[in-house]
Amino acid sequence: MAAPMTAIPAEARQGLKSSSMSNLTLILIKIAYLAVLWLFILTAIGVIRTDLFGSKKKPRRKPRPAPRPPSRQDAGPSYSSKPSRPPRPRRNEPTALVVTQGSLKGTSVDLGVQPILIGRAPDSTLVITDDYASGRHARVYSDNGRWFVEDLNSTNGTYLGQQKLNRPQPITVGQPIRIGKTVLELRK
Amino acid sequence: MSKAPAPEAPTELPPVKRRNAELVLIIFAIAITMAGIAIAGLNISGEIPSAMWTVGLTFAAMAAAAHVAMRFVAPYADPLILPCTLFLNGIGVAMIWRVSAGEAENAESAGAGSQLMWTAIGLAVCFLIIIFLKDPRVLQRYTYISGLVAIFLLALPIIPGLGQEVYGARLWINIPGLGTMQPSEFAKIALVIFLASYLMNKRQVLQIVGKPIKVGRFTLIELPRARDLAPILVGWVLAIGILVLLRDLGTSLLLFGTFLAMLYVATQRSSWVTIGLAMFAVGAFTAYLLFWHVKARVNIWFNAFDQEVYYAVGGSQQLVEGLVGMAYGGLFGTGLGAGELYSTFAADSDLILATLGEELGLTGLLAVLMVLGLLVERGMRVALAVTGSFNKLLASGVAFLLAYQVFIVLGGLTRVIPLTGSTTPFMAAGGSALVASWIMMGILLRISDNARRPAPQAIQDEGATQVIRR
Repeated sequence: MAAPMTAIPAEARQGLKSSSMSNLTLILIKIAYLAVLWLFILTAIGVIRTDLFGSKKKPRRKPRPAPRPPSRQDAGPSYSSKPSRPPRPRRNEPTALVVTQGSLKGTSVDLGVQPILIGRAPDSTLVITDDYASGRHARVYSDNGRWFVEDLNSTNGTYLGQQKLNRPQPITVGQPIRIGKTVLELRK
Repeated sequence: MSKAPAPEAPTELPPVKRRNAELVLIIFAIAITMAGIAIAGLNISGEIPSAMWTVGLTFAAMAAAAHVAMRFVAPYADPLILPCTLFLNGIGVAMIWRVSAGEAENAESAGAGSQLMWTAIGLAVCFLIIIFLKDPRVLQRYTYISGLVAIFLLALPIIPGLGQEVYGARLWINIPGLGTMQPSEFAKIALVIFLASYLMNKRQVLQIVGKPIKVGRFTLIELPRARDLAPILVGWVLAIGILVLLRDLGTSLLLFGTFLAMLYVATQRSSWVTIGLAMFAVGAFTAYLLFWHVKARVNIWFNAFDQEVYYAVGGSQQLVEGLVGMAYGGLFGTGLGAGELYSTFAADSDLILATLGEELGLTGLLAVLMVLGLLVERGMRVALAVTGSFNKLLASGVAFLLAYQVFIVLGGLTRVIPLTGSTTPFMAAGGSALVASWIMMGILLRISDNARRPAPQAIQDEGATQVIRR
């Protein structure tokens, strides 16, 4: 049935609307086109599914190293017990201050010569929305190539590791600075 | 000994890039564009037009370039935004080519060159934004500047000599040597940026203070304080000003609607929306009583099928032709190129959805609306996923803007609201609208890339509180 229909275009006169191709073929093309439009949408919705259920492949989460024994009472870095990461040299130049926990997780501030003011006040360098943070909470600044964190008399205090700050302390890359629920650290 | 994965916030997107899925969808979009031109050519002159290759491959090259650029500059951005946008843009190009071929009655001399050129410019601007606007929050610094820019752009067409009145609306400006442009399209973006940063600062005041009016035990509405009404009053004056001075209901409705939506997103109080809509209704009704051009529009809206209104100059002919065309298209349409609507005024710009409804039928029109809906949904999703009030407000404002635009065009075509000369995003012929829409996508893609980029892992795997074993 379809064979004589498709044979028509070969002998068709040109320039005349809809006489050159059979109506059936055009209707089929039309339906096919609409089907492709909807196929696009179905494919797109398939992509959205990953929002709801995650990707099919299990996210390859690298097994994290076991928590280190809490031998650290001082603020100095002691990386030697970490098996997966080579011990870092003590003096490496940090370039950014990164938020690793809290509502601003993922935010990073580039380190310059200017001190970084952390707090809820809108004119702070890093404005943190944390109920436990003060308006002007802490300051991160460099002095002779070393970086220091100083608590600005905040209500709930600033912690370096487990230790509450009562005077400016030198910090190195990777040391967690905790302000309320927010944890920051220096990055190379 | 592996630690259980940390519980993630429900709004957090999985850190998947899905760039390959994006590629597949973009290939789809290119195929749909080329096939659309081919089918239109088959229906008009019986053969596959050469434009399928010239127009189609130009579009394909731009789409491919955009995809490759995405892989480098925004690898974590939402994988659906770009394909959906290219889908709409491609169908728009195909329809514009089809309308021009129908007018010329000759498939070979038809062209969609200017739309392709504007697509290229739009894409370029979009990627410039993605590359150079690393953190959209820097826009916060220009709160009042962007507000002034928005008002300036809106007011440009009023300036005598520069502004042009086209079909009753003063929306265009004529730049000698460059042609005409529609500054209100760009004003929308400036306004969204202004509102996002203004509301971010003021939202707590607007959110908390209020006086509940109670009926029995039920709170009917929470009235804000009189002095907090100032911003909404300014927005209202602006909207009514546009309606009266620019004579354009579409832009007025669009800007005020976006304003109310962002106010609602910022404060989560529906009373603002109620108050705003009531104010707009009162203002619009007063304008209807006072100004003839508003009255004419409303008359067309209510009495579209009236003989007198139909044959009047600037009457309802265009609207009725669109309605009849969509009815004629039925469920599956006449097929691309086989419709009669191309002879209607503005078949490739204001009425492009009606042309689509005739030639692709309800099925095709709904498909296009679905894609527009997906795009808006992705925008809202970006707003949910991103941290920071400004980013949230900006993303949701852009998404609302897109949705409202479609509502105003489609509502006008189907006589839900008066028909105004608004543009369907990405589809309608017109450079300003296309570039402005691509700018909005640039902002959305940039925010999305920032939001979905996986957060840096803590070097020291140590929680804020830790169990200390001794």
